[in-house]
Amino acid sequence: MPFWRRESATPFLLLTPALLTMAFVVIIPLVFSMYTSFTGYRLVKPDSLYDWVGFRNYARILSDWEFWVPFGRTVLFLTVVLNVEFLLGLGIALLINRITWGQRTLRTIMMFPMMFSPILVGFQFKFLFNDNIGIVNNALQSLGLSDGAIAWLVDAKLAFFSIAIAEIWMSTSVFAILLLAGLFAMPRDPLEAAKVDGCNAWQTFRHITLPFLMPFAYIAMAIRSLDVARAYDIVTVMTDGGPAGRTEILWTLIARVGYDNSRMGMANAMAYVSTILSILFTWYFYRKLVAARRYMGGAQ
Amino acid sequence: MSLAVESQTSKQLKRAGLTALTFLLMVVMCVPGLWVVLSAFRPNGEILAKPPIWIPEAPTFDNFRKIFGLGTDQVAIPVGSYFMNSLIIAMTSTVIALAIGMAGGYAFARYRFRGKGSIFLGLMLFRAVPGIALSLPVFIIWSKLGIIDTKIGLIIVYVSLNVPFTIWLIDGFFRQIPLSLSEAAQVDGCTRWQAFWKIEFPLARSGIAAAGVFAFLTSWNEFALASQLTRSTSSKTLPVGLLDFTAQFTIDWAGMCAMAVIIIIPALILTFLVQKHLIAGLTFGGVKG
Repeated sequence: MPFWRRESATPFLLLTPALLTMAFVVIIPLVFSMYTSFTGYRLVKPDSLYDWVGFRNYARILSDWEFWVPFGRTVLFLTVVLNVEFLLGLGIALLINRITWGQRTLRTIMMFPMMFSPILVGFQFKFLFNDNIGIVNNALQSLGLSDGAIAWLVDAKLAFFSIAIAEIWMSTSVFAILLLAGLFAMPRDPLEAAKVDGCNAWQTFRHITLPFLMPFAYIAMAIRSLDVARAYDIVTVMTDGGPAGRTEILWTLIARVGYDNSRMGMANAMAYVSTILSILFTWYFYRKLVAARRYMGGAQ
Repeated sequence: MSLAVESQTSKQLKRAGLTALTFLLMVVMCVPGLWVVLSAFRPNGEILAKPPIWIPEAPTFDNFRKIFGLGTDQVAIPVGSYFMNSLIIAMTSTVIALAIGMAGGYAFARYRFRGKGSIFLGLMLFRAVPGIALSLPVFIIWSKLGIIDTKIGLIIVYVSLNVPFTIWLIDGFFRQIPLSLSEAAQVDGCTRWQAFWKIEFPLARSGIAAAGVFAFLTSWNEFALASQLTRSTSSKTLPVGLLDFTAQFTIDWAGMCAMAVIIIIPALILTFLVQKHLIAGLTFGGVKG
């Protein structure tokens, strides 16, 4: 019997189309971009694709503040928004969990921001934070809280703040919905036992609810880590990394170097750094998820 | 006695207050989106007005007529073609991703094989590659293959973007179906293939639909890759087209808001239809190992 007719070959046959597409669109391009990152390839000079420069691109970006500043900004940005999203999501989930009337409606409303594409979220907040016609400035002025127009998207700190608000608005729901699903799935017994044993609300939350919710938090983190780079869309619409590069993040920098300056070799080197980071990030939360799941399985 | 009644009412009051507060919070959360929707039905002059006009004075559909080129004045942006491109690309890539994802998800849910865990993890990790980072090599290779600025070029990319997540979701839904059902069918004389189509597929159908909606929305909303791989009206999608407005001399806020509404409506309807299954899929796929 040929090997593909054997029962043990079936799962591999079923997976072949998936693996082939991934190979064609992700693996081969990644190998190619690794090669490109060792060349001085420029889009305008096709021959430069064969211009091997070794580690020069990497050496240059790793010793360049123009790379490290956006890099640090991206890390800071993600640290801030992911923590805020988690805390807000947890708060919303706990709140909705306590409500008995209209819970389903609330859950539906909560999904509203999830339907917006990042590009729309960016546009929406660009519109709201516009210094001249934006609702934020209009409201502040009407309430007499500010006399002049605040340049939300021009000042470096305010622009960073506005972008963070947009990102948080878009993704808090992911945490809220998954944590709420966790709360729904939670067994009642340990909670009642804790009450009988005289735990106060905080102790119950800290030692029973939170550990139970952690796998759900890790699912949310793992899902979020797959799409953190969507912040590129938001920044592109809102400020495009400006003014004067003050809101530049890793991904807008890659696009600028690769397409606008057509320095593909250099951009691929940067892209590789960002790819490895994203993969490590996802891997970390996936491991956490597996570990938490094992812990939960053991506790049951 | 009266003390107990009093504490009962105060408890109820507290609960009502909490409910009201939560609803208020959710409404506030929706304001940014609703403001854009509202602005889509206002003339541009009203949006630009100083002092601001808060309540629409002249609600109108003109913005929609304009962006689809139906009225007397038109916007120079072919929103109609972008809409069709988005629809064709998102639907085709969803159907293909679902077919591939069903095969893959079934393999993960029903078979034990060597390297199962690492293949699954590998799929997820490849999904984690940032769109803009992936776009660089794909852009170069697609140019060499001559499929830059074609619908098929984008469809291929979106299929692979959706396959890992579709597998994750569908795997979770198949796992929820007891194995004994399809085994019973096989004892009764069905082949495994028939058992799949007659028993397991119908039971997982709503879950698969949810995975399909998820895939559709990913393609419908994607920007980073589309913005580099498309050039002209023959393949540009709505999210890329939205940026066309900013390239104009004066920003047509009303037109952009109308276009935003066009982008959001299909997403709104689809998400609403499958929300329950979507949540179940995300949690089951991940937690039940």
